[in-house]
Amino acid sequence: MASKDIYFVPELSKWPIVASLVLFTSFIGGAMMLNQSPNGKYVLLLGILGIIYMFFGWFSNVISESLAGYYNKQVDVSFRMGMGWFILSEVMFFAAFFGALFYARVLSVPWLGGEGHGVVTHEFLWPAFKASWPMAVMPNPANFTQHKETIPAFGVPALNTLILLTSGATVTLAHWALKKGQRLQLSAWLAATVALGAVFVYFQAGEYHHAYSELSLKLSSGIYGSTFFMLTGFHGFHVTMGAVMLAVILFRSIKGHFTKSDHFAFEAVAWYWHFVDVVWLGLFIFVYWL
Amino acid sequence: MYLVFSLIMFFIGGSMAMIIRAELFQPGLQFVDPQFYNSMVTVHALVMIFGAVMPAGVGLANWMIPIMIGAPDMALPRMNNMSFWIMPFAFALLLSTLFMDGGGPAGGWTMYPPLVLQTGKAFPFLIFAVHFLGISSIMGAINIIATVFNMRAPGMTLMRMPLFVWTWVITAFLLIASLPVLAGAVTMLLTDKYFGTSFFSAAGGGDPVLFQHIFWFFGHPEVYILALPAFGIISQIIPTFARKPLFGYASMVYATASIAILSFFVWAHHMFTVGLPINGELFFMYATMLIAVPTGVKVFNWIATMWKGAMTFEAPMLFALAFVVLFTIGGFSGLMLGITPVDFQYHDTYFVVAHFHYVLLTGAIFALMASAYYWLPKWTGNMYDEKLGKIHFWASAISANVLFFPQHFLGLAGMPRRIPDYSVQFADFNMISSLGGFAYGISQLLFVYIVVKCVLGGKKATGQVWDGARGLEWTLSSPPPYHSFSKPPKVTKALMEY
Repeated sequence: MASKDIYFVPELSKWPIVASLVLFTSFIGGAMMLNQSPNGKYVLLLGILGIIYMFFGWFSNVISESLAGYYNKQVDVSFRMGMGWFILSEVMFFAAFFGALFYARVLSVPWLGGEGHGVVTHEFLWPAFKASWPMAVMPNPANFTQHKETIPAFGVPALNTLILLTSGATVTLAHWALKKGQRLQLSAWLAATVALGAVFVYFQAGEYHHAYSELSLKLSSGIYGSTFFMLTGFHGFHVTMGAVMLAVILFRSIKGHFTKSDHFAFEAVAWYWHFVDVVWLGLFIFVYWL
Repeated sequence: MYLVFSLIMFFIGGSMAMIIRAELFQPGLQFVDPQFYNSMVTVHALVMIFGAVMPAGVGLANWMIPIMIGAPDMALPRMNNMSFWIMPFAFALLLSTLFMDGGGPAGGWTMYPPLVLQTGKAFPFLIFAVHFLGISSIMGAINIIATVFNMRAPGMTLMRMPLFVWTWVITAFLLIASLPVLAGAVTMLLTDKYFGTSFFSAAGGGDPVLFQHIFWFFGHPEVYILALPAFGIISQIIPTFARKPLFGYASMVYATASIAILSFFVWAHHMFTVGLPINGELFFMYATMLIAVPTGVKVFNWIATMWKGAMTFEAPMLFALAFVVLFTIGGFSGLMLGITPVDFQYHDTYFVVAHFHYVLLTGAIFALMASAYYWLPKWTGNMYDEKLGKIHFWASAISANVLFFPQHFLGLAGMPRRIPDYSVQFADFNMISSLGGFAYGISQLLFVYIVVKCVLGGKKATGQVWDGARGLEWTLSSPPPYHSFSKPPKVTKALMEY
């Protein structure tokens, strides 16, 4: 393999230090906001604008290097590994929240209700509490928002499952089209995927609104509300990011980027999209359905 | 740069330890108030773990892995660069908390709720600093995996890789799998404090113990993230100075992997006293005992490597030998702590403090010191001052033992950790321990002097440096050229072995 004889070493780049700086700014802004400092939101805004600028700059740099053909097979494999392991780290991040969900459902709520070795806890803390899932009444309702009911699985969530699964199929169709060199189909299927993603986020936002305003199911609705909103919220955020990334890929494919054999950016985003898809299936089963 | 940064952090963290030992020199409150004492204990731990030992390990990895496997640089150099630049910013976030209203974080580095939720304005800064460092470490880890699996020179098969490279690949897997979990845990803390969630509040159906489960699911692999690279370093150094190949190379690789896998199934041994169901206690006790098996394999392999070797005792070898002995002591006290009924007695005493300092200071830090002496001639092209190096070793080894060995007795006698005052019967051992601490602190200044002297000049080092050394890094000149290998070298079996 000829490309193996000479390694590709990119030139020095300012982007890593810029990225650290803008992240730092955002963190400071966020922390100031949480401390009720009046200027926090401006610092945070500055940081987020910086992050957007950084992503834009860094990726256009990478894209132009890629188009100029600097990247050989070896760099491509490095990128693939990087993306793969990044997705694994995301899986582990969600695993922490799923872990919290299972712990609450299987252990802490039954214990508070007096099961197993929780008899004494139950007796001394909140003897009136009855364990159930979704938890109907908080052990100590004083500090928490009491919800009227929870969102049933077979309504909008089931529809959203269908939407996401369909979008997983359309992104694969786009990939097939790309491999066959059918540019028009590629863009069409990609556009369909982005649209499905947007519809998903729209429905999800509608559900949140419904939960907050009508069911008074909130983040502060005990452990059910906490796990529900944190899991679906982080997932919704990832879907939004994924949709933005897909939109960038769509834009690039309209501009004529990617070839039949060399389209790693497309595949990376597709992997990411499948990842959010799989996470949603877990959510649908364990958060909504069971 | 990583290494310089981690040395600076080592001294910042070290000066906090000096404040702690000064306060504990005599019973009663002398210098600092309890709140500040607690924040010193907390920040000392965070700085030493995330600021000193981890960046030093990553720094060594970034410098040595490409050279050891015959690559010009890491696979994803820009990402690598970013994971470094995050460090100073993240520590700016963390250290700035010491000057805020309500003081720095003082709930211990383990950040257990509900105590940690009482932190003042420092709280979100603490959480974001942890997030930030997590991002940095994950990027570093991804990079190491991509480098090792993708950038090896032809002929550098997986089972020919130096053990330092092997231990780092396995460490990188641990980082990728465990740090996001920590990020999740601290995110839940943040929402519990500011957004009314009740993950860790029993009143809303959660459980404060849940945090401990999630935290230690990260925390125990983290212990091996600190220790495995040290194992790798030692496995490089001992064969060099014993002039024999490493005994049981393949078993070393498998032992490392077993330790890593087991480390995900032992987390609750940090929590034996929180009221776990009896089956949980038993499971985690047996799983913990299992880890002693691969660790024992490693220790015996190191000893077998030295058996009938032509040994010489330069500074790196001295540190490596001290590592083997003292780490084993730390391992044994760990076994004692891993036995549930015994742990009920030792939990949260100075015995625990002595245990993890034997593992981390005379373990991880000694290995890092050994690696610094071992590779300094390669990095700078100059030999360090061997005489001063030996003085540094003896000063460190003796003072570290004076510092931490008495803490075993304090713990067995019942002195609790994380308290600035103590009852008078603990006074003698505490004074001895503090004297050892000051001596250790001062002797590290000698290390800085040795490094600076070596960088500035000294006897020129040859490419080979140590006559027993094997591996690609010694085939290059000292110091190696920028982007060490621009063309892949040919690796044969003979080059890697004797």
